[in-house]
Amino acid sequence: MLEKRKQELQKIAANVRLGILEEVYNAASGHPGGSLSVADILTYLYFEKMNIDPKDPKKDDRDRFVLSKGHTSPALYSVLAHRGFFPTEDLKTFRKYGSYLQGHPDMKGIPGVDMSTGSLGLGISAACGMALSAKYNKKNYRVYTVIGDGESEEGQVWEAFMFAAHYKLDNLCAVLDFNGLQIDGPITDVIDPTPFDEKFKAFGWNVLEINAHDFDEIENAFRTAENLKGAPTVIIAHSVKGKGVSYMENKCEWHGSAPKKEQYDIAVAELSEYLAKLG
Amino acid sequence: MAEMIATRDAYGKALAEFGEKYDFLVLDADLAAATKTVNFKKAFPDRFFDCGIAEGNMMSVAAGIATTGQTVFASSFAMFAAGRAFEQVRNSIGYPHLNVKIGATHAGITVGEDGATHQCNEDMALMRTIPGMTVICPADAVSARAAVEAAILHKGPVYMRFGRAPMPVIYDSDYRFEIGKGRVLKDGKDLTIVATGITVHMALSASETLEKEGISAAVIDIATIKPIDKDLLLTYAAKTGKILTCEEHSIIGGLGGAVCETVSEQCPCIVKRIGIEDRFGVSGKAMEVAAAFGLSTENITEKAKELARK
Repeated sequence: MLEKRKQELQKIAANVRLGILEEVYNAASGHPGGSLSVADILTYLYFEKMNIDPKDPKKDDRDRFVLSKGHTSPALYSVLAHRGFFPTEDLKTFRKYGSYLQGHPDMKGIPGVDMSTGSLGLGISAACGMALSAKYNKKNYRVYTVIGDGESEEGQVWEAFMFAAHYKLDNLCAVLDFNGLQIDGPITDVIDPTPFDEKFKAFGWNVLEINAHDFDEIENAFRTAENLKGAPTVIIAHSVKGKGVSYMENKCEWHGSAPKKEQYDIAVAELSEYLAKLG
Repeated sequence: MAEMIATRDAYGKALAEFGEKYDFLVLDADLAAATKTVNFKKAFPDRFFDCGIAEGNMMSVAAGIATTGQTVFASSFAMFAAGRAFEQVRNSIGYPHLNVKIGATHAGITVGEDGATHQCNEDMALMRTIPGMTVICPADAVSARAAVEAAILHKGPVYMRFGRAPMPVIYDSDYRFEIGKGRVLKDGKDLTIVATGITVHMALSASETLEKEGISAAVIDIATIKPIDKDLLLTYAAKTGKILTCEEHSIIGGLGGAVCETVSEQCPCIVKRIGIEDRFGVSGKAMEVAAAFGLSTENITEKAKELARK
């Protein structure tokens, strides 16, 4: 990736992270940790990879995205707003009564949301359905989905993995946001779903591993995935929960709680400083 | 003697028949031979997808397919379609109001030999609580076929309940199905028997016996449990003042519940409910078990007499 473009994406991702914090802070509710960990992946998909049009969010041949870990809606909403699907000013209405920015993604009311999600394990199955429909209807669009590492404790995730491999859904690419933490603690302490790579391979998927915060690696993985035929691909994206906000990083306490005023100010200051450094 | 056909057979045949006319896919969860979607699978192998024994995944896959504008059926036994996969039906299909048609066979007590684990007497109650869900329970093979076409033409989620055991055909070929409309099969003035599914033919037989004994019972077939035909129910609540509901389902939350909710708010009258009374089923032959649980012409006749005398 060209350095200039990488820097642009880093800036966008920093602004996306500011949006996430704005949402969660104003709502005094929401899930910042996993939103921050997935921010770079979503930024890359919506600003670089996916065939989408903010002016025509339902266009027939668009690539689809399903946020299977639906509680990280702040990341999806912030990316969609920054991409032009709806005004960034609306982010501050997140989770508020009367706002269309529902607590979890709602495809009926939010431009750019392709599937309603929130209950874990269901989204990846819906992504399989989209990919299957594309195959049957001979459409060229691709389907992307992000699942959480904690989410992989849901049995339905593995039902979906079986299904996608069985029907050779090579137009489907899943990303595992592997930040290692869930609400009750480290995933390996709560109920260990690892090792992921061997399990995914055993389920018949192509497996790639990347640093979730390195745009070169993100780009290479999505390009590789596109060219792997005959089986779906999963990208194990090693991420940092709370990435970009020092006191939130690698802390499971920030899975589902909102920052107070002073904390919010510190987070904004840190990200603003990072943005200033990027120039 | 009426021809005996299971509504699941009518469902499978209807899928194969309407597959020629309409563009839809069919999913099943390793029960194609039992749900009879195998008929469709044989006719349109490239439009049939087995999801294996993973009903939750199947329902969410169906939802994903529907988001692309593709109509899709998802089939399993009622226990697994409405029970096991309740949350997937609610969150993946119901909440976004997607165009998924759920064909649930082996509903109710007439599953027979398999016993309680497979006798789903709760599916209509579960499905009825999902906002925007249409719930259909056809009385015979003719109405089952017609319901399938009505579901295809309807935009939005539909839950259809079919039975395993052969039942008498009561409608003729000019039958038309309209979602949300009940059908008066016999008029009457002393009481109204409101029936659905396999109890409709029983209610009709009961009304003949009652007639001979001087009791004039109206018989209504409510094939759409939701949205229920309020106007028709209120008309007969006012006209006869007594309602007896009959269903192959728990008396809690199904047709009986829906009728009580409807009349109690706008035209209160006495409503007695025949159905599975807050207990699990048992193994046995379909009609033997049905009768033991009160689903018989005799019991309907008896209960109707008691109600008429009140």
